[in-house]
Amino acid sequence: MLRTFGGWAALAAVLMVALAGPASTDEAPKRGGTLTYMIPADGPPSFDAQREETYATIHSAAPYYSTLIRANPMEPGSPDLVCDLCTEMPKPTDDGKTWAFKLRQNVKFADGQPLTSADVLASWKKIIWPPEGTVSPRASNFVMVDSVDAPDAYTVVFHLKFATDAFLPALADPYAWIYSKAKLDQDIHWYEKNIDGTGPFKFVKYETGQSIEGVRNPDYFRTGLPYLDGIKGIFADKQVTRVEAIKSDQAAIEFRGFPPTVRDELKAALGDKIDVQTSDWNCGGLITPNHKRKPFDDPRVRRALTLAIDRWGSAADLSKIAIVHTVGGLTYPGSPLAPTKDELQQIAGFWPDIEKSRAEAKRLLKEAGQENLSFTLLNRSTDQPYKYYGIWVVDQWSKIGVKVTQRVLPTGPWFAAMRAEDFDMTVEGNCQNVVNPLADVGKYLPHAISEGNYGNFDDQHEIDLYNAMLRELDKTKQKQKLLEFNKYVLDDQAHGIFLLWWQRIVPYRAYVKGWKIGPSHYVNQDLATVWLDK
Amino acid sequence: MHRYLVSRVLLVFPTLLGAAALVFILMRLIPGDICLVRLGSGGTSFSAAALAACHAEIGIDRPWWLQFLDFIWGLARFDFGTSMWSGKPVIQEIASRFPVSLEVAVMATLIAIAIAIPLGTISALKQNTWIDLAVRTFSIAGIATPSFWLGIMSILLVLDLTQAISGHPWMPSIDYVPLWKDPIRNLSIVMLPAITVGYRYAAVSMRMTRSAMLEVLREDYIRTARAKGLLEKIVINRHALKNALLPVVTVIGIEFAFLIGGLVVTEQVFNLNGIGRLMVLSVQNQDYTLTQALVMLVVTIAIVSNMLVDLFYAWLDPRIRLA
Repeated sequence: MLRTFGGWAALAAVLMVALAGPASTDEAPKRGGTLTYMIPADGPPSFDAQREETYATIHSAAPYYSTLIRANPMEPGSPDLVCDLCTEMPKPTDDGKTWAFKLRQNVKFADGQPLTSADVLASWKKIIWPPEGTVSPRASNFVMVDSVDAPDAYTVVFHLKFATDAFLPALADPYAWIYSKAKLDQDIHWYEKNIDGTGPFKFVKYETGQSIEGVRNPDYFRTGLPYLDGIKGIFADKQVTRVEAIKSDQAAIEFRGFPPTVRDELKAALGDKIDVQTSDWNCGGLITPNHKRKPFDDPRVRRALTLAIDRWGSAADLSKIAIVHTVGGLTYPGSPLAPTKDELQQIAGFWPDIEKSRAEAKRLLKEAGQENLSFTLLNRSTDQPYKYYGIWVVDQWSKIGVKVTQRVLPTGPWFAAMRAEDFDMTVEGNCQNVVNPLADVGKYLPHAISEGNYGNFDDQHEIDLYNAMLRELDKTKQKQKLLEFNKYVLDDQAHGIFLLWWQRIVPYRAYVKGWKIGPSHYVNQDLATVWLDK
Repeated sequence: MHRYLVSRVLLVFPTLLGAAALVFILMRLIPGDICLVRLGSGGTSFSAAALAACHAEIGIDRPWWLQFLDFIWGLARFDFGTSMWSGKPVIQEIASRFPVSLEVAVMATLIAIAIAIPLGTISALKQNTWIDLAVRTFSIAGIATPSFWLGIMSILLVLDLTQAISGHPWMPSIDYVPLWKDPIRNLSIVMLPAITVGYRYAAVSMRMTRSAMLEVLREDYIRTARAKGLLEKIVINRHALKNALLPVVTVIGIEFAFLIGGLVVTEQVFNLNGIGRLMVLSVQNQDYTLTQALVMLVVTIAIVSNMLVDLFYAWLDPRIRLA
């Protein structure tokens, strides 16, 4: 049964209901206590989320900041976006091209200064149009933004070049912390080493590479929140340390997620003292062929290689040992815009009959004169899930007679090899935060548009499909165009070979309440609603 | 003695310069750079402009020779610059971690000396008896057992034992506190890693003590001392052990220098925020400035400990200082 998309969806639903229970009960929150949690890193590169890409920054300092809008903390996996610093979600004007946000008037920074639209404006300008000497890795998500202004002290207006449904989810970026204009004016790099936000907690101290601590912000703009008196994040890069810390109750939770084996280990050791929440993760694995290298310039070869992979048959077994789980296309499986099972099974590599699929793969290789194909697969030296992906696909390809050798490199050299076009095929990931079905597939566009695509190909038709999809406001047509895009990228051209979506598993001490898992470890980390049932 | 000391000190400078050049070149031979790691760690894409801005910000867009001169000039002024990863002064990054590694290294050394010298001596004195066999087995086990495995096992043992006894698993805190702030908690944190590392360290030193003692005990002057009717205690302590310690001191000195920067796995297993862990992190992140400074620190410690060993040699054996 689990070899079907429906089966997986049903299992996921059961797991969500069974395991996500603690966060959805109606227990009255208790006040007080300090939450100690593990951060799976040696420390953040900096505290400036606007310039960083790592969860180490989010998990360290998100509780000290607010954003303009955000994913609904009660349902972080839903497309529902809610206000954080704004008073209500605006209705766009000017045919969807103007968005005016009214701001709360009772918000103060930790240093006591009131927040105004000047702060929000300065923060967003830094994100969208980073000043010289600063970095903003997500600036390209805001190609639709023409200008931002602040007509009064509590209003911020975004003017778009074109209306698109990709705008609001991009605006809910959990890295888009709102900073003080005064601090930015004083030193544009001030926030890299200092913390001063409007979040539910106030920063107390950071022991380099050891821990970070905060206390309840008495001036927090949401009355009654947070419930906790304090928070303490402990950095530990080694998984065994984090697991032991939870086991010995030195820490209550780690928010990024553990492999299934750790969940089982903690449950076996601590029984009902451990609760588990599980979710699909807005991260997917893919193999990118280098189109500049023969024979990967031939769509028949690329198509054969995706056809050889038995996603439906492997997902169940892989999900027992790795953080991969769900069969899906380029669109996050939980999104209403994701292909249905029937639609997905029309795409090469997702056919229900693997024997038929592999027979077609062999035929294509023969037709392309590549019956004895052998190549090197570049991979990243990261255990979960890259190494599992690598071993899996090498085995899958062997079933159609393709011989593959892996070349596993640390993150820096792996990136360098991809940028230098020094690979045949490479294992990659596409990890996004708030689910934004239209923008999240931007990764698969040719390098001229998406600099994070290492396939080395040009394809105007694909760009046209994407642009049409990005500007489409009718949901039914949007879904149709997205399906067309999936079919074109994964099947017709096989520009990328999509593997499996990740699964996020968070086992934690059962006394932690009020936190709800979402499809991204970047989202829902301000901890305002977390409380301890002790 | 003064000439000896001065010649040893003068040798330090070319050694440091060679090490500086080597680490500078090696770091730049690794493909990729810190900006790729930093911008790409989340798995999302980033633009060439963002990459160029990052390069410019940390100064790796400049010619390599200029970077090298900067590095050497900084070294001369004890200014190691700022960490490319965290933006904090390198001195600050190292200073916050050094006490942890130093404490573990000192404790491990003390444990090793306390175990190695008495057991190695007894083993030599009781050669080919069951005591000798037991000590040698204990020693070989120490060399053969990887520290990380021993570390994990010791934590698991503590967890399981405390669960069996009290019903609640307990382990030493993973959140380091300095000795002067909370000595008991500090010792509970540092004791397990120190024992884990000290055991292997002791095993090496124990074997060295045993073989050196066996050699010395066969020397003519020991036979003479015994023939003079000296007490066996005096023969062993004053005549045999002091002479047998020369190679043992060398091993202890080298191992101590290694411990400062080499406790990589142990620090990770016990979540100790020390120099070894920082070294791995800085190499992984391709943080040139921090890695260069850390290598220079370890090289300096190795040089200083070697010098101290040489001086100790001179104290132990007057022939060395007179030569």
